Amino acid sequence: MKTIEFILNGELVRVDDPLNTRLLDILRNRFKLVGTKEGCGEGECGACSVLIDHKVVNSCMVPLANVCGKTVMTIEGYRKTTRYNLLEEAFMNQGAVQCGFCTPGMIMATESLLHSNPHPSVEEIKIGLSGNLCRCTGYQMIIKAVLEASEKGAGLW
Amino acid sequence: MKNISTSIPKIDGPEKIRGSSLYVDDIKIDNVLFAKTLRSSIAKGRIDSIVVPPLPRGVHFITAKDIPGKNRVKIIFDDMPVFAEHEVRYIGEPIGLLIGADKMEILNVMKQIKITYIETTPRFDFDESAIHYHYQKGCVKEAFDQAKKTITKTYETGYQEQAYIEPQGMIGMFEDNKVVLIGSIQCPYYAKNAVIETLACESESVRIIQSSVGGAFGGKEEFPSLLACQLAVAVQKIKQPIKLIYEREEDMEVTTKRHPSKTTLSASVDGDNRITAIRCHVGIDGGAYVGLSGVVLSRAMIASSGAYTIDNLEVDGDVYITNTVPTGAFRGFGAPQMKFAVEMFIHHVAKELNVDPFSFRMRHLAKQGDRTSTNGTFRDPIIMPAMIDLALKRSDYHEKAKKFASEDSFRGIGMSWFFHGCGFTGSGESKHINALVTLKKNRLNHVFVYVAAVDMGQGAKTVLTKIVAGVLDLPIESVTFDNPDTDFVPDSGPTVASRTTMIVGGLLARAAKKLKESWEEGCDQTVHERYVQPPEIEWDEETFQGDAYPAYSWGVNVVEVRVCKKTYHVDVEHAWSVYDVGKAIDERLVLGQADGGFIQGLAYGTIEVMECEKGKIRQKNMTDYIIPTTSDIPNMETHLIDNPYPLGPYGAKGVGELTLIGAAPAVALAIEMAIKREVTKIPVTPERIMEMIGYEDD
Repeated sequence: MKTIEFILNGELVRVDDPLNTRLLDILRNRFKLVGTKEGCGEGECGACSVLIDHKVVNSCMVPLANVCGKTVMTIEGYRKTTRYNLLEEAFMNQGAVQCGFCTPGMIMATESLLHSNPHPSVEEIKIGLSGNLCRCTGYQMIIKAVLEASEKGAGLW
Repeated sequence: MKNISTSIPKIDGPEKIRGSSLYVDDIKIDNVLFAKTLRSSIAKGRIDSIVVPPLPRGVHFITAKDIPGKNRVKIIFDDMPVFAEHEVRYIGEPIGLLIGADKMEILNVMKQIKITYIETTPRFDFDESAIHYHYQKGCVKEAFDQAKKTITKTYETGYQEQAYIEPQGMIGMFEDNKVVLIGSIQCPYYAKNAVIETLACESESVRIIQSSVGGAFGGKEEFPSLLACQLAVAVQKIKQPIKLIYEREEDMEVTTKRHPSKTTLSASVDGDNRITAIRCHVGIDGGAYVGLSGVVLSRAMIASSGAYTIDNLEVDGDVYITNTVPTGAFRGFGAPQMKFAVEMFIHHVAKELNVDPFSFRMRHLAKQGDRTSTNGTFRDPIIMPAMIDLALKRSDYHEKAKKFASEDSFRGIGMSWFFHGCGFTGSGESKHINALVTLKKNRLNHVFVYVAAVDMGQGAKTVLTKIVAGVLDLPIESVTFDNPDTDFVPDSGPTVASRTTMIVGGLLARAAKKLKESWEEGCDQTVHERYVQPPEIEWDEETFQGDAYPAYSWGVNVVEVRVCKKTYHVDVEHAWSVYDVGKAIDERLVLGQADGGFIQGLAYGTIEVMECEKGKIRQKNMTDYIIPTTSDIPNMETHLIDNPYPLGPYGAKGVGELTLIGAAPAVALAIEMAIKREVTKIPVTPERIMEMIGYEDD
């Protein structure tokens, strides 16, 4: 069986599961990284969002083989960063969290957005987060949180 | 203490953002087995035979035969079996659980199980009534006999799926001679009481623990009791931990949804253009089993005069049984269907009378002291005129309405007025729930809240903790509220019906007051508080007469739309809302409910299409059941006006459901203005607009 190597939350890992195993299952079952959630299993809801080479992807749609040699970041790795701290503060301030099931995915999508566009407009935030479904908040407070983070985080992204 | 409405950090916020909050599928248990549900593939028939292949070692098949007690899920009307035994009544009805250590192996075995049915003709129309209710107020016949004009209209609403992002799930274990169930649930004691009946066991033999809940909206009210009963039977037999987690497709196909409805309203109007009486019939589709549909029907029927006072009313309602997936609780619980019908109707009546709809509505608006639809009394101040005034000003409603109505711009503005009765309908609180709460203080003067209320995202943990800390004048850190575990918390009732803040919070405030008065530094202390019906509230369940609710929250929604002339896509540009929830316990949380509820209601009115074809739900996943994304939301402006309810904690009333129910009629009225066609059915999709416009052009 082929072993797949990739960087997971800053550490080199080797996995010899079947190559078509969903990255989501590798993260949750093999590495017990349960901050990444399964909402639909079809790439529609974004609850399983992680970063691969700093781009947000739905980990339920990524076969293990595709992360060979790449860098994968989940909420468990990201929450150790300064940027995360700022996002947590902004999400708390703006009331952007209700049930929380979509939130880690939303945070990863926000990181990806701000990484490519540190000062997005409301429209750009809407497009950037449109792959992440939230059924509780109606999104307005999430959008405000991203705006707050982008304002306060000048220079961080 | 400073103003209770001033927001504090959401208590469970950081752990949720960090991804460390444990939802049911995140809980790791050694040697756990997985369960998959074997389901009916037909809508109606008798089960002739079930042929099961030789089961591999370690694979179990659990069916109705394994149930020691009653094969019924206990929930108001106990007609739903835990597992279908002799007959099936809808596609997807559970027949058994296949359980094993390897998911793939279970699925393989499942494919080999052969079920033979003797099919019978399924029923999909509104013709078999399982529950019929009737009530009246005043004398309708006389009013109609003397009417100058009578106007009749029929309104229809479709299914709505709760679409919580976390699918249904539960874990079962056998520990210390007990069945222990950990789940994504709103109502720990509903699950516990249901399991006791199914296992025919003592109360001590069942323990229910709530995990973090990834959204519920009513979808995790009664449905999880079914999972609980199934797992309990399996766990009792196998005595190994079992995980039952639904995938999205399964969740969408077989879990309860909002009842489709058809409502016919007739108004008699006198020479002064005043509605003298309304006759109403509402039918809701209960699906294959009644469950709590009767209670949904009651709430719909009681809402039949909307925010208006109508002196003479005759209201009939039916729960129809069809061979489709059972419908159940969903935020609003019958009110969204009826408020849509009533709000459209009052507008349509005004139009037919050729009078200004706004003034027409104003002259019928309920005020303090008026009789409610069921001959109860609106005892508390109704501040709707001030709320309406604020909504008008902020939205520039009158100017826009005048402009859009007279031009061909395909723009429109719509407004809805509504209330929501807080707490259980009728005598539910006193007769059925009889809530009990407990506060315990330890020697370090730390206080623990013991209630069965569930934080499913709405902020119950923060709100209830804040009420207790506020009354005791303690820092918030000195009060702890853990997820309910029925081995420790009393039955403070289910987390439903916009009752948590007002009823459970009210009891906690009283308990905290008691504790404060008897406070002894450094001692263990326990206080309890049980619900007592306010003496002036009287309700007759048989005749639907009296006060259906102890209090009412009120709301105004205004929605502005632009409809694309080519695609008929509805772009909701702005929304303004004003609410009276008594007193906000935490303003940011209430505003969060306001945003989220409104968007759910807006989507109910416009984009959320779910259809059942010959008993099969056509929408399979988030791909074809469309819920709003960030790109679909308007700019929302919400205002709260204080109107403290004397019996609520700090004056608070209910919040959660109120915020959903006004959006659909508001957006439907806006679309009606934009396309200049009468809207009587939601969701108003582009396809439906095309039908309305196209048919006329032909």
